[in-house]
Amino acid sequence: MNAVTDTSPSEGPEHSAPAPLDLERAYRESQVGQVLDSLERDLVGLAPVKRRIRDIAALLLIDKLRGTLGLSAGAPALHMSFTGNPGTGKTTVAMRMAEILHRLGYVRKGHLVAVTRDDLVGQYIGHTAPKTREVLKRAMGGVLFIDEAYYLYRPENERDYGQEAIEILLQVMENQREDLVVIFAGYKQRMDTFFHSNPGLSSRVAHHIDFPDYSSDELLAIAHLMLEQLHYRLSADADAALRAYIELRRDQPHFANARSIRNALDRARLRQASRLFERRGAPITREDLETIETADIRASRVFAEEGAHEH
Amino acid sequence: MRITQGTFSFLPELTDAQIRKQLEYSLANGWAVSIEYTDDPHPRNTYWEMFGMPMFDIRDAAGIMGEIASCRKIFPRHYIKVNAFDATRGRESLRLSFLVNRPPQEPGFALVREEGPGRAVRYTTRAYACERPEGERY
Repeated sequence: MNAVTDTSPSEGPEHSAPAPLDLERAYRESQVGQVLDSLERDLVGLAPVKRRIRDIAALLLIDKLRGTLGLSAGAPALHMSFTGNPGTGKTTVAMRMAEILHRLGYVRKGHLVAVTRDDLVGQYIGHTAPKTREVLKRAMGGVLFIDEAYYLYRPENERDYGQEAIEILLQVMENQREDLVVIFAGYKQRMDTFFHSNPGLSSRVAHHIDFPDYSSDELLAIAHLMLEQLHYRLSADADAALRAYIELRRDQPHFANARSIRNALDRARLRQASRLFERRGAPITREDLETIETADIRASRVFAEEGAHEH
Repeated sequence: MRITQGTFSFLPELTDAQIRKQLEYSLANGWAVSIEYTDDPHPRNTYWEMFGMPMFDIRDAAGIMGEIASCRKIFPRHYIKVNAFDATRGRESLRLSFLVNRPPQEPGFALVREEGPGRAVRYTTRAYACERPEGERY
């Protein structure tokens, strides 16, 4: 009490003002930095996505800090839509997002429940509501990830039960924001049509994040990352072969970015195994076991078709 | 007469916040929670009606609280209890079971005497509520 009366009037306001908030400490305590760093490290490319997620994390952290001062802006709308071509990392990022939201205290458990239309929509009248509720119940406290969400809405069939699932979803998204975050995912164009025909849904989705396709260099970097995790490596020639493979594969139908690369590597591993098995008389070194050779990649169907075109 | 069955039954009624805490505790232990209801208050009435399936793959109490709310809405004057089942090998039984809803009026039990052979008298209890058919008791 004495200390206050002793201070000069100019210092008065400083005393009545609360101590400056420590943003750095809040950031460190939430440990959200670790998730963001691992996002940066483990995911190749996706610069716009990473930037958006950083923005969202910053917003949530500031919101939380404001909350401690009573400057509450209500529970923020956290429902998101991830659009992009297949294999661009939507599910992976959704998993990280769940972790970020959990660390910041916006979802209580931080698990991800990934579903598609089949898990939500029933097959006969009265089947849809319990099914959707069951999924929602499972996702409470975490993140509900609806893959290929546009299949929920089938405008060509007015008696389709998808609409019922959407309505239940909407209700929960609005009334139980603190219990559940919903992420819709799918191809950009079809998602746009989906949101366009369901304005109620669109207005409740706060963040639209678009996932760009990977460049060839990024795909190669992803391939290296995958092989590293599997304790394989490419010989120098095989590296060039893989680069050529990626260039060719890109232009073929059903190209699914990182997923295609994963499948290609799986097949290369298969060929490597049978190549080693063929020469089983000879001694095999550790190096043999962990190296994928050019032949393992060159044997791919993609190259064969390329050859066929030339002839 | 206030029925006392299950855990916490000698305490005042649990609030929703307290029920949620118990559910969080059960889920943290990996127990599956289920909801049951009945309108037969007899203590030997062990098999109550199930309200939906036992919830085996739930991570957060919010979903169960929603189920309890809808059960209360449908059966506002029934007894409703929440069970937590431990599926651990060798245990495979309920670890926790408590009432979350009861009728506003509980008339209690009558003592029934039955004269046996000779001077023997057998005693039993019968709930006043059970004089009416199921569904109209409270």
